[in-house]
Amino acid sequence: MAQAMGFFTDTTVCIGCKACEVACKEWNQLPAENGGVRELSGDSYDNTRKLDGIHWRHVRFIEQFKGPYDGRWLMMSDVCKHCVQAGCLDVCPTGAIIRTQFDTVVIQSDVCNGCRACIAACPFGVIDINPVSGTAQKCTLCYDRLQVGLEPACSKACPTDSIQFGTISELRTRAEKRVAQLKSQGVAAELYGADPGGPLGGLNSFYLLVDKPEVYGLPRHPELPTQNLRKSAGLSVASAAVLGVLALVGLRKRRMDDMGGAGGGGPN
Amino acid sequence: MSDTFFSGAPHWTWFIILYFFVGGIAGGACFLAAIVDWFGGPDDRPVARTGYNVAALGAIVSGALLTVDLGRPLRFWHMLLQSANVPALMFKGWSPISFGAWGLLFFGFFSVLAALGGMAEQGRLQNPALRAVGGAVHGGLAKVVGALAGLFGIFIAGYTGVLLSVTNRPLWADGPWLGALFLASGVSTGAAALILLAPGRGATAQSLARLSAFDTKALVVELLVLIVFVASLGTVSKVWLSFWGLVLLVGVVGFGILAPLRLHAQRRSLAGAARLVLLGGFLLRLVTIFASEGIEHYRVAAGM
Repeated sequence: MAQAMGFFTDTTVCIGCKACEVACKEWNQLPAENGGVRELSGDSYDNTRKLDGIHWRHVRFIEQFKGPYDGRWLMMSDVCKHCVQAGCLDVCPTGAIIRTQFDTVVIQSDVCNGCRACIAACPFGVIDINPVSGTAQKCTLCYDRLQVGLEPACSKACPTDSIQFGTISELRTRAEKRVAQLKSQGVAAELYGADPGGPLGGLNSFYLLVDKPEVYGLPRHPELPTQNLRKSAGLSVASAAVLGVLALVGLRKRRMDDMGGAGGGGPN
Repeated sequence: MSDTFFSGAPHWTWFIILYFFVGGIAGGACFLAAIVDWFGGPDDRPVARTGYNVAALGAIVSGALLTVDLGRPLRFWHMLLQSANVPALMFKGWSPISFGAWGLLFFGFFSVLAALGGMAEQGRLQNPALRAVGGAVHGGLAKVVGALAGLFGIFIAGYTGVLLSVTNRPLWADGPWLGALFLASGVSTGAAALILLAPGRGATAQSLARLSAFDTKALVVELLVLIVFVASLGTVSKVWLSFWGLVLLVGVVGFGILAPLRLHAQRRSLAGAARLVLLGGFLLRLVTIFASEGIEHYRVAAGM
């Protein structure tokens, strides 16, 4: 297996140019929404709104203003996290979602049948149906480019190196240095998803944030959907047992009544 | 805020709601049919036969609903076989949709066999091939087939709730009780369907009274599990402070559980109570799906 590859996104240097969104759309030939006629969302400069089947990159704009001269912009280019323990891959019933030799998570569009289990399983809201193919789609971390030694289109296009591509071990080292640098400048910077001992075994697309994860639309403790399986199934079996016993008790009572009726020589 | 609020909605809407409802009725009716088949008396046979018929029809309708709901319906078989490695089987014991697809297949197989056996018993099969199959399902084999249909039936009634729990969606994944709730509701709606359909197939008044008595108990279990389910949600429960919460309270609890319990207690209108139970079962699936589907990730992230 090749080395694990991924993204380190340093949100402090994102300028919200959306070059990553455009490069992703262009390379992956993703269709425009509504024939290219898009309504303005009214939510800052964010008219993409969310990741879905035809938006595999999404630049989020967060305005934090207390007054006209007291505030800041936070910008973050969001993407599939290529989780080390991927919930989407776990629940996919067709085997369409695979882990590649680069430790990335890819949906094979020719295998997916559009059941949408992966959409509900992803804790980050990354996956959705591509209306053209009728299948679930998301970032492939440019699997086709990686196979021929090229860098993913988004990180290649990023003019500020906010999106950095490389081996996970190298990216983690670089990210820790950047956090130390920012902290020395008094910035409250934290890494999100870089810890292999953290949620989901770490994320192969991790982030440097300067506010709480929720502010960026990221769950604080993302979890595998299958964590509920054993408990939910156990309670269902218990419920079935209770109802089965209640049904049997009803039938037994009938038998007792019948026997009582027969033995007692009741009126016919 | 629960971490489930950051996930995306899977667009499981009307076909899935109908599947959960029909599958619940079919599974619950089959479970009761198998119990009556094994432990009931000869006068309960019409109830057992009706249960197997409801199960067979429900399994076929369920398969059709699930297929048309897919983004690529012609690839439905990818759930069962590895598309790139036919005829290798596709099965994941930890994926509810995967083991559910297999469960539905076996449920359909055994419930259709049991139904054919019941029809052959009554001499209602005209087609020679079907008559031969139905005729083979009698005696001890019929009991075994009925038991397997009943076991797969109760599985189908409950796994749909487990399927919702094994996601990262608000409400569905915030507690482990949906499987038990859907199972109890499946059994109560299954009993209600039998109360409505069995009289036309020769069921005695005593059989119907026993079904009604059982449905009363099933409704009480359903109500208790529903209360525990809502309580287990913690702060997520505030999602119910909405139109869907009103439907849950008035439609599911009021009309679907308390009203039929009252009718049962007063020994009035078995059919009316059964219709209300079916309405409540449908609304339960409806509110469970739509209350969560309506929560959109980007609105949560933007604080809207």
